[in-house]
Amino acid sequence: MSAPARALIALFALGWALLLAAADMDYGLAPEKIADDTWVLTGRSEDFSFANGGNIVNTAFIVTEAGVLVIDSGPSRAYGEQLRRAIARITRQPVVRVINTHHHPDHFLGNQAFAPDTLAALPGTIHGIHTEGGSFNDNMYRLTGDWMAGTEPVAPIHPLSAGPLELGGHQFELIALEGHTGADLAILDRSTGVLFAGDLVFHDRAPTTPHARLPAWQASLDTLEALPFRHIVPGHGPVAKDAGPIRQTRAWLVWLDHTLRQAADEGLDMTEALALPLPAGFRKMAVADAEYRRSVGQLYPAFEQQALGSGKARE
Amino acid sequence: MNIHHAIAAAALALGPGIAAAQTDPLDSPRWGDMKKEFLPAAARVVFDERVRVIAPLTAENALNVPVSVDASALPDVKEVLVFADFNPIARIVRFEPGGAQPGLGFRIKLQQSSPVRAAARTGDGSWHVGGTWVNTTGGGCTLPSTGSASPEWQKRLGEVSSRVWPKKEGGERIRLRVIHPEDTGLAAGIPAFYIQQLDLADAAGKPLMHIEGFEPLAENPVFTIDIPATRAASGYRVNGRDNNGNAITATIEK
Repeated sequence: MSAPARALIALFALGWALLLAAADMDYGLAPEKIADDTWVLTGRSEDFSFANGGNIVNTAFIVTEAGVLVIDSGPSRAYGEQLRRAIARITRQPVVRVINTHHHPDHFLGNQAFAPDTLAALPGTIHGIHTEGGSFNDNMYRLTGDWMAGTEPVAPIHPLSAGPLELGGHQFELIALEGHTGADLAILDRSTGVLFAGDLVFHDRAPTTPHARLPAWQASLDTLEALPFRHIVPGHGPVAKDAGPIRQTRAWLVWLDHTLRQAADEGLDMTEALALPLPAGFRKMAVADAEYRRSVGQLYPAFEQQALGSGKARE
Repeated sequence: MNIHHAIAAAALALGPGIAAAQTDPLDSPRWGDMKKEFLPAAARVVFDERVRVIAPLTAENALNVPVSVDASALPDVKEVLVFADFNPIARIVRFEPGGAQPGLGFRIKLQQSSPVRAAARTGDGSWHVGGTWVNTTGGGCTLPSTGSASPEWQKRLGEVSSRVWPKKEGGERIRLRVIHPEDTGLAAGIPAFYIQQLDLADAAGKPLMHIEGFEPLAENPVFTIDIPATRAASGYRVNGRDNNGNAITATIEK
């Protein structure tokens, strides 16, 4: 066989391999109906990986007579496109609104798959996507690889404010909170009693804290717990019918706050704070050890600073 | 006596914790270069578990990787050099524990996954090397500091905050933080700017710890130093400077 012919066959084989690889990038999205008109896509309780392609997040959609409202668009362009197709298998209604609950990558990097005019979020979330979206996107390529092909951050153009929102007979309440990030949107559908809590609430999966302010977060959980909901959709972990996930998230945050404050106040080095044991009660939460380590890295410097500030040093 | 017995006997003669075969326990292709570059050619060099390097196996933030070095199981430690084989600037910090415990807590920037090692020289002139692998997605050395992008740090440059704790087992712990951007010089357009020297002494001026810093120390570095009961003092002083000659001076009161 001549060299050009061999090259051609190699190229052909490569083309097939790439096609097959692309076909493998299937998140297997399976919307589950949890209430009237209301569908949830539950992600895995894992860290981002090449295996899960970033599908560790919950997204949801509500089919109304005036079109479909989507809550969070997932971690990649491919996820957003597959979410659209999953919606189209269930209803002929068009997607009229896509709301990003906050600016973390797994909640908005699917925005590209939707019409720009449908995208909406709190002003703080839009700002966050503008300033940090690019580096989040780069990081997701590092963490999940080919799943991110073609993904670019798209910031919503419509700013949302807290208050009621009527859409196709559904009475939504937009609740602007903070603590997990600087702008966290929770959405209560008063028509069905479903509360979409975003990442203010984690369930059987340890909370993430890269932008957390723990006291504000705890206050937001109190607000959520007082709402009249029948179903709660956490940002990560299974849907529940009671306040269990809120209490579990609060217990973790209270423990984290107390433990790191005390460690800093007792003069522990960061390596010693990292080695502290987790209470047995948190063992059932997925990725608890990894999230604790990340939280120490993210939060301990501020606790240290506080502890050192109460000592004395002068010029 | 066969060769294995000979090695075992030699290991026993060298004392506990010393590996008989001097192959790198961290199996790094850079070890040979590190040894050549940082340790005297004629010196006796052994891998020694008594030099403990504590760091997370996976560092989530390559700009701020916590590391604690503890060589207190070794007698008569004169100096300790800490380095990371795969960092573009391998040397991280060197310290001489004059009267302090032979250990130091600090934080570093890592460019990629790497062994982080401490080589401790004891009074007999031999070097004892311990270390651990740290995995990271990296990039820590070629990113600009937060400080370099903010006008705020100039006002606070060299500011020290600190606190002293009594230790349960006796003696004291000092933690101190210095406001400094610690730029490596590897981020485009930002020259190297880092703390080169910090000396901790007691209130009477008797030295406790001499620290020589290099570029990979993390921004606004935090140090943890333990003082044995025999050297605990009513107060302490810190004196130092960065590579631009800016002085760092503070009194640490209890």
